[in-house]
Amino acid sequence: MADPSQAAFTRRLNKVYGLYTVGLLIFIAGLAGLEMLGLSRRLIGVIFLLATVLLYAAIGVVSRTTDADEYYVAGRRVPALYNGMATGADWMSAASFISLSGTMYLQGYAGLAFIMGWTGGYCLVALLLAPYLRRFGQFTIPDFLDARYGGTWPRLMGVVAAILCSFTYVVAQIYAIGLITSHLTGVAFEIGIFLGLGGILVCSFLGGMRAVTWTQVAQYIVIVIAFLVPVVWLSVKQTGVPFPQAIYGAQLEKVTQREQALRADPKEIEVIALFKARADEYAARLKDVPAALAAEQQAAKQRVADLRTADAPLAQIQTAEKALLALPRDAQTARRAWTQAQASDESRAQPLGGMPPHGVAFAGDPQGSATEQRSYRDSRLNFLALVFCLTLGTAALPHLLMRCYTTPSVRQARQSVTWSLFFILLLYLSAPALAVLVKYEVFNVLVGTPFDSLPAWIANWAKVDPNLLSVIDINHDGVLQLGEIRIGTDIVVLATPEIGGLPYVVSGMVAAGALAAALSTADGLLLTISNALSHDVYYKMVDPQASNGRRVTISKMLLLVVALAAAAVAAQKPADIVFLVSAAFSIAASALFPALVLGVFWKRANALGAALGMASGLLMTVYYMVRNEAWMRDVFGISAPVDLWFAIQPISAGVFGVLLGFVVTVGVSLATRASGARSDAFVDHIRFPG
Amino acid sequence: MAEQAINTRVAYWRKNLRITAALLAIWFVVTFVVTFFARELSFSFFGWPFSFWMAAQGALLVYLALIGFYAWFMNRLDLASGVAEDGGRG
Repeated sequence: MADPSQAAFTRRLNKVYGLYTVGLLIFIAGLAGLEMLGLSRRLIGVIFLLATVLLYAAIGVVSRTTDADEYYVAGRRVPALYNGMATGADWMSAASFISLSGTMYLQGYAGLAFIMGWTGGYCLVALLLAPYLRRFGQFTIPDFLDARYGGTWPRLMGVVAAILCSFTYVVAQIYAIGLITSHLTGVAFEIGIFLGLGGILVCSFLGGMRAVTWTQVAQYIVIVIAFLVPVVWLSVKQTGVPFPQAIYGAQLEKVTQREQALRADPKEIEVIALFKARADEYAARLKDVPAALAAEQQAAKQRVADLRTADAPLAQIQTAEKALLALPRDAQTARRAWTQAQASDESRAQPLGGMPPHGVAFAGDPQGSATEQRSYRDSRLNFLALVFCLTLGTAALPHLLMRCYTTPSVRQARQSVTWSLFFILLLYLSAPALAVLVKYEVFNVLVGTPFDSLPAWIANWAKVDPNLLSVIDINHDGVLQLGEIRIGTDIVVLATPEIGGLPYVVSGMVAAGALAAALSTADGLLLTISNALSHDVYYKMVDPQASNGRRVTISKMLLLVVALAAAAVAAQKPADIVFLVSAAFSIAASALFPALVLGVFWKRANALGAALGMASGLLMTVYYMVRNEAWMRDVFGISAPVDLWFAIQPISAGVFGVLLGFVVTVGVSLATRASGARSDAFVDHIRFPG
Repeated sequence: MAEQAINTRVAYWRKNLRITAALLAIWFVVTFVVTFFARELSFSFFGWPFSFWMAAQGALLVYLALIGFYAWFMNRLDLASGVAEDGGRG
């Protein structure tokens, strides 16, 4: 770095964040000491939550600004290393921190699609977009589309796509914030959402990109410590080696052996048969719902009457009465409840509680029966399709691409992407290791435990939400079988410290890390949405004479409105985190990727082609998801049958959108006039750094 | 712009395209081709089935190497072709 002020700035950053990391470690060690002295668990949770949110807020206050360059792109002087760290935090959302390992725990190899997609996308960012966006050097992604293609439509489509994908994504983050806050402090989910929202707003509201960047660096450090400590601890506990990433292959081998033993275990087979019987019973009832309901009610009434005549103890009579009251009231509720129960029991009537063998790629068998061969081909195709969507989505998410504008130069923009991926890998190389280590712990320690000596955390989590964790002694042998426990995706990481028997302070730290991941991503996303509205719509389209101060003020007000709207949606508890996040990726990939990449590499692409390509790609993706995804069908009241193309699941709807987007952009551009000298000059400008 | 300067720029862009295409080809093979044959490539690799290790770690390390190499290569090419910002350092 030749610029002396920039060098001094970097040295100051090194000192500040070095001290901060040391302070953080001392804080955690102090809390661990207090825990040993008897500090209550609830209090540890509250202290972690308040301390970290107050810290982020303090950084927000210190970095407050009303200057447009500072507010939108952090003054364009963030050094590559720190920009990489901030991008890492921006990138690693609640889905990365909470759901990634959980998905791998439940799905084994299939979950690796997220790991590959979310890192492979950085190759596309680095090679196809980052240097060119930095050379262009404006404020937003719609800015780029406008400058390259000209005309209102590309910018407007860019705004629509940016808002749609960022909003979907931010709802998932705020949902996660509510989940973590309510676990950590015991407040209601809705209050948890608004507590977390305060933490987000005070930061992005006061200081825009500048405050968000410096907070994200701080959050990255919390995220990475919170994720690595429990993995390393578990690894030392199981193998004595503190590098889980390097040695979990051996643990995976042991897990695979244990899987085979569990498959052959007579007790497990008994549990599977019992679930199957229960599923069959529901299926029989579903054949004639009104008759079955009447029979159930009759039987329950009879039981109450029998107990009364036999003068049974009061407790037994009350239990029977409760069972009677718990029966569905009418045929429609009965049908819904029984369909759900049947599906749930059916899914648990599988070996290993429905989990596939951890190390085997894809379902089915290429040498097996026709059904097995089909299942193999479909699962492989869906894996590849999901990787494709997540990769291209990564390279098209506006909140990530905006980060290309905040470095001082093209040279540093390239280095910054490398640093981002490096910092992301610290977590992503560990996430699959965590899944394997937790599985080893569950298979070897938990399974086979008598029900009356199960650890306390099982009851605690089951109380929060039975969908997240439930145990049932279905074969009444008093011992827990693998088939008798169900763990939800979103709690594997949060419960890891307890599963491994670590001190509670580690649990608090993990929750604080998850919160940091959700908050940092939400910050970046909210900023993207409000900038799209204030900069691209208000300043560029409505009032081009607006002063800098006025633009920033408008942006801050919009930020508040968008944040409240997202919180209101999240409070409805929509679909699960992984689906929402994946939908955002499919939308971004299909609407933005073709127009951005062709904009740099193909001079012939013109405004009409880009606008129509973006619109058709977006519509195709949204159509496929609404038509085929269970939760979306419910929301939009779709009754037409599910219609999958090539057996591709709706989570990868972007495959079709991206292809259509490319075809339409190229086709329409070729069929209409080339865009002319101004756009050619622009492309030449961004292709060369100086 | 002098003719020679234009020629350097054309050469610069051509080199950029070539390195981009080569690195993207590696990216494609590692991501999609290796994964396509994942079931066949499940021999043991330090304990991991090879395809599992590739998807969980190998591919990621290749990605990092690709990006790092591109940054290094292009920053050198910028200097050599005289197209770097501010006399070359930023």
